[in-house]
Amino acid sequence: MPLEIILFFVFAIIAAVSAILMITRSNPVFSALFLILNFAALAGLYLLLNAQFIAVTQVIVYAGAIMVLFLFVIMLLKPEHEKLFSIHPKIKIFAVVIAALVFLQLIYLIFLSKPSSSENPAVAASVKAGTIEEIGRELYTNYILPFEAAGYLLLAATIGALVLAKKKFE
Amino acid sequence: MIIPIEYYLILSAFMFVSGVTGVLIRRNAIIVFMSIELMLNSANLTLVAFSSYLGNSIGQLFVFFVMTVAAAEAAVGLAIIIAMFRNKLTMNIDEINILKW
Repeated sequence: MPLEIILFFVFAIIAAVSAILMITRSNPVFSALFLILNFAALAGLYLLLNAQFIAVTQVIVYAGAIMVLFLFVIMLLKPEHEKLFSIHPKIKIFAVVIAALVFLQLIYLIFLSKPSSSENPAVAASVKAGTIEEIGRELYTNYILPFEAAGYLLLAATIGALVLAKKKFE
Repeated sequence: MIIPIEYYLILSAFMFVSGVTGVLIRRNAIIVFMSIELMLNSANLTLVAFSSYLGNSIGQLFVFFVMTVAAAEAAVGLAIIIAMFRNKLTMNIDEINILKW
């Protein structure tokens, strides 16, 4: 078996299992750590897909910055007992059934549309789509306006977070 | 590309459905937020898979923008959770209902 397939299955199983563990742990810190594991496995999958820039960004931005923010907020807020959050078991079963139905629908659609039939091996083999050079060229020429807008979005989010979380002085 | 693109799409669908289940069955606001991040990441995986298989880098640019929006959303959302916690001393989203009439 080629190494690529083995690596794909290792990363995919890590991602799927950590996603399930993330939504079932009662301690939010464990949930956050499993989500970080999931993001790391996704970074590995991005490397398998030749998307080096996105893989590095995934580790730095998601697993680094965003999850540290989550862990800080979990640390700052008083840990409450999970019993306070319990919901009716019937609602849980209903939610899982709905999710399973949606999953089956998606699987059906994926196999119905057969995306791999339109795949061109020559295009995929000659591709340099994931390199920083290629992404940077697109980002600073054709997509310069969305790039600037993303900068303003981050500025607005920073100011908004400061205003919302500021302690009120009366 | 030895791996068929369907495998990536199935993994992405599975992660998206886990995120939906997490939003539906958990009442802790922070875990609901993390489930939303999981759903965003499953969409990212689909975008990168198609971008790589079609030999087009625009999909990865969109992943870049999705990451930007996710960072902004996490910052503002966590600030809202902190503000709510300061007012009501709870993270249970069933008790945060001041906008309900």
